[in-house]
Amino acid sequence: MLSFVLRRIALTVPTLFALSFLTFVAIRLVPGDPIEVRRGERGISPERLEFFRHELGLDQPVWKQFLDYVWGLLHGDFGVSIISQDSVLKEFLTLFPATLELSLFAMAFAVIFGVPFGVLAAVRRGSVFDHGLMGIALFGYSMPVFWWGLLLVLFFSVTLDLTPVSGRLDLIYYFEPVTGLMTIDSLLSDQDGAFKSAILHLILPAIVLGTIPLAAIARMTRSSMLEVLEEDYVRTARAKGLSPFRVIGLHALRNALIPVVTTIGLQGGTLLAGAVLTETIFAWPGVGHWLIESIFRRDYPALQGGVLLISTLLVLVNVAVDILNAVINPRIRHGR
Amino acid sequence: MVDDVILAPPSPARALWADFAVNRGAVGGLVVLLTILAIAAFANLIALHDPMEQFREHVLQPPVWAAGGSWDFPLGTDDVGRDLMARIVFGARFSLFIGFSVVVVSLAVGVCLGLASAFMGGLVDTAISRVMDLIMSVPSLVLAIVVIAIIGPSLANTIVAVTVVYMPRYVRIVRATAQAELAKDYVTASRAAGSGAFRLAFVTVLPNCLAPLIVQAALGVSDAILEAAALGFLGLGAQPPTPEWGAMLSSAREFIQRAPHVVTLPGLAILVTVVSINLMGDGLRDALDPKLKRS
Repeated sequence: MLSFVLRRIALTVPTLFALSFLTFVAIRLVPGDPIEVRRGERGISPERLEFFRHELGLDQPVWKQFLDYVWGLLHGDFGVSIISQDSVLKEFLTLFPATLELSLFAMAFAVIFGVPFGVLAAVRRGSVFDHGLMGIALFGYSMPVFWWGLLLVLFFSVTLDLTPVSGRLDLIYYFEPVTGLMTIDSLLSDQDGAFKSAILHLILPAIVLGTIPLAAIARMTRSSMLEVLEEDYVRTARAKGLSPFRVIGLHALRNALIPVVTTIGLQGGTLLAGAVLTETIFAWPGVGHWLIESIFRRDYPALQGGVLLISTLLVLVNVAVDILNAVINPRIRHGR
Repeated sequence: MVDDVILAPPSPARALWADFAVNRGAVGGLVVLLTILAIAAFANLIALHDPMEQFREHVLQPPVWAAGGSWDFPLGTDDVGRDLMARIVFGARFSLFIGFSVVVVSLAVGVCLGLASAFMGGLVDTAISRVMDLIMSVPSLVLAIVVIAIIGPSLANTIVAVTVVYMPRYVRIVRATAQAELAKDYVTASRAAGSGAFRLAFVTVLPNCLAPLIVQAALGVSDAILEAAALGFLGLGAQPPTPEWGAMLSSAREFIQRAPHVVTLPGLAILVTVVSINLMGDGLRDALDPKLKRS
């Protein structure tokens, strides 16, 4: 098991190296002179130009620049945002808890509804419930996230006036971030109504972000469950006279969940991509929103660092999923 | 007299249709998709107005079924008085064009890279596979955004960005299926008969890799349409005043309270298109690739 984990982690090193190369190249392909972009100065004196070129290391050979870049990355230097003049890593870490909170709630929403719905559809295969559910899942799967968000805003915020339209918390509340997760911080703050406000702000974005994973998980659970229900050991369990609840809940579901866990993990990318859209619609102060802003502000160092950090995160999530899979399914860790 | 009837196996196309037609949802999806294709093809005949023409005295007019609507603008008008129906009808052209061009380009490139990977093996295979892994390790929309940041936002660049994002899937499928086929006897036979590398790759092996590829291509159209619309919505895809559905939603956002139809209708167009393609794609998969069938 340990060797499997180590091997899997070692495999990420070339990927991460290649990712840093990709972002290094990408930033150099962006149109516009890096010095003009950074300083907003045109027609500056040759001495000043030379000074900036030296300061940014642009007078070095390209391979040296790349090695310096990687060296910086290894020391947590992901560049400096042009707009805020702050370290990109610091900005990212400040905003990341908001995205994490949103993603966790979205995933919880998707799993809590997706798995039981999938199981029920499989057990009642061919019924109206099954067809209806899979029809809804198809729509969920095909949903343009940004439009879905606007629809929910239209219904719950504009028409029913139940939930706020944007942000994470009503402005009347203020407290220092402790964990960065608003739902927990609001509870710790002991302010009346703060927790409720945090939840109300969170609920629509979480539903929007969780919809595609929900559809994917429900479909996967159903098909995996259908397969497992055909297996001999399920028939044996039934023949032993176990209650249907035990057969489905214990014998079948546990084995059916293996591909579902993979699906959940694979939704990590969907979540991060969806976060860009969801955070834009709800003005959610997370990394996705920040990434889009940095494009429009031409803050390329922020974009470069942000993309690299988000991709690294996704790589690590995939490692975690693989390891989790190996824990659940011994065949994987002993294979190869 | 029964013995007179020669029981020839049905032609592959007929067999495929028979398998496909069993799935009512898939046939429904196909019908809707064909309708949308017809709408796109005959957009200039269907639209009552030019999609760019601004009727300043009819700004944000509601659709015909709502109070204040009229048959002059069946789906109402947008924030500068353009006929929404004309824009949605013409928008079908853009979305479908993006969807199909992305799939055609990524199929062409994917087939070549995938076959090269499977046939040459070694360093070529490693290089191609690692690059594809790298592309897939960045969240799709984030990668598309990076590509757009480099080449600039426009309709044509949307196609480039979305193609870059989705190409690895095709490469992987072709590589995996071609590798499996290469081990089979008929390939060895063809090789022994003296087939050259190109003949072997494109004539002998490729046709046997088509089933999963066609399925992926069908579903890829809807993914490409969604991705392009998302870029348009973020202001990084087709630029206004192009009547692209995502871009239309982006400019309509601020009028969501005053005139909900400018938000609901273009999005509905995206959803209907994507659902119909996915329904059809699911049916194709069940018909073509029984191994992948999700009972």
